[in-house]
Amino acid sequence: MTIAIVDYGAGNLTSVKKALDWLGQVAVITSDAEQVARAEKLIVPGVGHFAATRALHSSGLKDAIDAALGRGTPFLGICLGMQWMFASSTEAPEVAGLGVFSGECVHFPADVKSPHVGWNRLQLSGDGRLLREIPAESFVYFTHSYRVPPVEQTVATCEYGGTFSAVVERDHLFGVQFHPEKSGPVGIKLLRNFCELKC
Amino acid sequence: MLTKRIIACLDVDGGRVVKGVQFLNLRDAGDPAELAMAHSQGGADEIVLLDISATAERRQTLLETVRRTARELFIPFTVGGGVRTLDDASAVFDAGADKVSINSAALSDPGLITCIAQRFGSQAVIVAIDAKRGDGGVAYQAFAGGGRKPSGRDAAAWAREAESRGAGEILLTSMDRDGTGNGFDCQLTRSISDGVRIPVIASGGAGSAGHFVEVFQKGHADAALAASILHYRVTELADLKQELAAAGIPVRWPC
Repeated sequence: MTIAIVDYGAGNLTSVKKALDWLGQVAVITSDAEQVARAEKLIVPGVGHFAATRALHSSGLKDAIDAALGRGTPFLGICLGMQWMFASSTEAPEVAGLGVFSGECVHFPADVKSPHVGWNRLQLSGDGRLLREIPAESFVYFTHSYRVPPVEQTVATCEYGGTFSAVVERDHLFGVQFHPEKSGPVGIKLLRNFCELKC
Repeated sequence: MLTKRIIACLDVDGGRVVKGVQFLNLRDAGDPAELAMAHSQGGADEIVLLDISATAERRQTLLETVRRTARELFIPFTVGGGVRTLDDASAVFDAGADKVSINSAALSDPGLITCIAQRFGSQAVIVAIDAKRGDGGVAYQAFAGGGRKPSGRDAAAWAREAESRGAGEILLTSMDRDGTGNGFDCQLTRSISDGVRIPVIASGGAGSAGHFVEVFQKGHADAALAASILHYRVTELADLKQELAAAGIPVRWPC
């Protein structure tokens, strides 16, 4: 059972790997398309500018991810990785997202400090598999300047400069705007839920 | 609502946690990995590990200490002290840190801020500013070298420059208040916080829960650092957070 943590040069992936190691999972940080295509679960983390996701297209990783998703491989996007699951972002309008969720990622309004950094509450708004046994109003750790408004697949929201999507879920596709690997026991429980999904 | 963060700070020298008064008179306070875990379980929102002698003695950050501390820590973890190049920062991230804090190196080479931010993201770069009141013809002057070397720069102007160069947060220490327990310098904190759009972490002078209430309400801080107040159990994190909540400050409690 191998979880591929997809490395496309957008930040430091050590923390995600460390959390999976602690959960006793076999996880590899990889930028190899074949390894990604073969993995039993995929995690796309990432921080920074939406334009960084362009590397997923140019490296052939997107094709590998598409093929894996076509076979029903569970997929978790974290932070920029979640934003990439949507159609586009105003941060880099010329770069197409994966587009498995419809919607656009937009900047926080000017009346709140940006980036949104720190611990904020989840408001559960659906019955997600990812959020199984996670208490309502749990605190999780965010750090981001762009966010996706609530959509049909939103299962948890957060309040900051308005309501935005904190967790989205559809079938085997999952996205979290916060950092579960940095959100204490709540985040570890969420990652455990992902690892224990039966596909 | 976004909560105000309480960040537990471990000043480390030679692999042990120490805490000085106004940067001197160090006392031993324990093992970094054990203390980080204890603070995390006690309700700290983040951990900062500062290798306080790294710059002075020009040695590498204690990567092994970082690795050991990071291993089972699942809240944000910042490492500072002795990070002078992109390679230094990379090594610290590889060892398990989520953010680096840079101070002296950023003052002598401000381009380093941009360099690390472009590779690891702005959220991973904290610019630490040690500020001293009424020194060098400016309201507050930024100091390098662990408070030993005046930079000639105005702290507020430097904070704005750091933001424009890609810093994700400012860690602001009042040298006048550090280790005194007399309270944060709210005037300094407010002057920096109101001038930038990135979060400001206030540091130096915490002696009671009331001081934290003050720095959030009057100093407009986004987060506050706590060191000796926690290590010697002057205040338990749980008590501190309850007092903050009672004063109407949004905090992550219960965690």
